[in-house]
Amino acid sequence: MHRSIEELQEKAVEIRKKILEISAIAGGGHLGGSLSMVEILVALYYHAMRYNPKEPRWPQRDRFVLSKGHGILGLCPILADLGFYPEELWQDYGRLDSAFGMHPNMDKIPGIDMSTGSLGHGLSVGVGMALAGRLDQADWRVFVLLGDGELDEGSNWEAAMSASHFQLGNLVAIIDRNGLQVDGSTEEVMALEPLAEKWRAFGWRVIELDGHDLHQLVEALDSLPPANSTQPTCIIAKTVKGKGVSFMEGKGEWHYGGLDEEHTKQALEELERSHPGRR
Amino acid sequence: MPQGFFFNVLDVDKFATRDVYGKVLAELAESNRDIVVLTADMRLSNKTNDFAKVHPDRYFDFGIAEQNMIAAAAGMATCGKIPFVSTYAAFASLRCAEQIHTDIAYPNLNVRILSTHAGLSLGDGGPTHHAIEDIAIMRSMANMTVVVPADAKSCAKAIEESVSYQGPIYFRLGMGAEPLVYKGDFDYNIGKANIVREGSDLTVIACGICVMAAEKAARKLEKEDISVKVIDMHTIKPLDTETIIQAAKETGKIITAEVHNIIGGLGGAVAETLAEHGLGIKFKRLGIPDVYSAIGPPDDLYARYGIDSDGIYNASKKML
Ligand SMILES: Cc1ncc(C[n+]2csc(CCOP(=O)(O)OP(=O)(O)O)c2C)c(N)n1
Repeated sequence: MHRSIEELQEKAVEIRKKILEISAIAGGGHLGGSLSMVEILVALYYHAMRYNPKEPRWPQRDRFVLSKGHGILGLCPILADLGFYPEELWQDYGRLDSAFGMHPNMDKIPGIDMSTGSLGHGLSVGVGMALAGRLDQADWRVFVLLGDGELDEGSNWEAAMSASHFQLGNLVAIIDRNGLQVDGSTEEVMALEPLAEKWRAFGWRVIELDGHDLHQLVEALDSLPPANSTQPTCIIAKTVKGKGVSFMEGKGEWHYGGLDEEHTKQALEELERSHPGRR
Repeated sequence: MPQGFFFNVLDVDKFATRDVYGKVLAELAESNRDIVVLTADMRLSNKTNDFAKVHPDRYFDFGIAEQNMIAAAAGMATCGKIPFVSTYAAFASLRCAEQIHTDIAYPNLNVRILSTHAGLSLGDGGPTHHAIEDIAIMRSMANMTVVVPADAKSCAKAIEESVSYQGPIYFRLGMGAEPLVYKGDFDYNIGKANIVREGSDLTVIACGICVMAAEKAARKLEKEDISVKVIDMHTIKPLDTETIIQAAKETGKIITAEVHNIIGGLGGAVAETLAEHGLGIKFKRLGIPDVYSAIGPPDDLYARYGIDSDGIYNASKKML
């Protein structure tokens, strides 16, 4: 189904509202980093990726690895909206034996391709998936979403080196470049810049874009080289942590926590007003 | 904390134990110039920030790069520094196992690993954030000392002692909200178990938060005229085998309790001791039964796996 940019923007607002609703059920969560990656996920799931909610493990699907597993609040409502599972599945979020906690579990949540939560694993797993896809001469791609703080882990750079060495044109790394990790800004804690140059030096094709601009995201995903090409792509998506909720935007304190009723209400109202149709 | 949050990353847990070690380290560092503290994007959640505020020059945040941090600590130790490195127990013990083995334990360096949020204390974090294999991993490394304090006070004592201790130490800490087991002044030495309660019918040997659970179970059993000895086996290695052998001979029945896979942890260590000394007594290990834990609030998980006070009570009744 083809959706217009305006429809995708609508989706982004809906997903942000769900993030807050689910966080209220769960009694807290990683709000800042879930809100920053919404447009990236919307562009992937409502525009670019190929999958079948009726057959979550369909072999010909595109793979998605949420390497920043703590962003599960952002993915959880999308998979439900697409029909991978009913919303009831998260009604016991975080409680004993729930499928949902702070991080995705591939054995409990339909549509999750890899269990994650410990940072710095996803890109290597993606390299393995991409190698397997190429062995099978498949045309599906592997998308890996990474946090920027996550890039402190050396394992990412091992993965980056191997992806270009193995010429994995079917691998796409997307970096949620919101500029913040837990202890502060990425540049204060462990400087990443010049980030694009680093990826280029590792042999990747690099695209830098505004990670909240669905035009740019859609265009970048539409212009990916074919899966059987030979250079992996890295999309550095400039985002704002806590995006969409004025009092959270760009503030590290909202990385993880529980929002009280009053502030949840305020955030939901703000989001309601930001609907593209209603602006 | 930003207004409107009822909790956030700054005080997500009530870090009694954590508050203690951040502050104790800051104080110890006043008189010992060699103490340095390293963390991995955890300065807020592990409260080592308390140290950073007073000794910023001796504080290093490595970002989310635990392996680099641990190996760098080894390098500092070769130059005479006493590094205290802190991150979540799951990452310290699993991700950094080789750095700890090869760079710290093998050369027998004075690095102190402060592993926080051990066991199932990050309940809904799930198996990526649970640390239920760490005792087994760490105690199987030669030269390594493994300490599992039961509360904030004992943690502070162990950290103080560690400054002059020879060789590497793995401190296994919880969320830090553990209730106090020890009141007033008490002796606490790495390598020497503490008898929390004397008893004659059965012994519970526990570590970490299970010590308090055992104590509560023992109080309940006392009302039924059942006398339970409770041992805080805070040092898993070197193990105080003498105290175990004595308890086995005195009570003839031993239950171990820990927030750890039943394989290779405290229970395993006690079992090895009993078997090697030919003490064929009644024996039961309580812990996580070799599965990846469910997610959920920690208290629900302790109940699920029978390592809370009810679980220890029931296991005791069954054994008697
Ligand atoms: C190996 C590992 N170390 C530490 C953590 C704890 N942790 C969870 S989120 C986070 C910060 C992540 O920052 P970033 O990747 O920038 O994510 P975002 O800001 O988008 O949420 C940390 C340190 C973890 N999950 N895994």
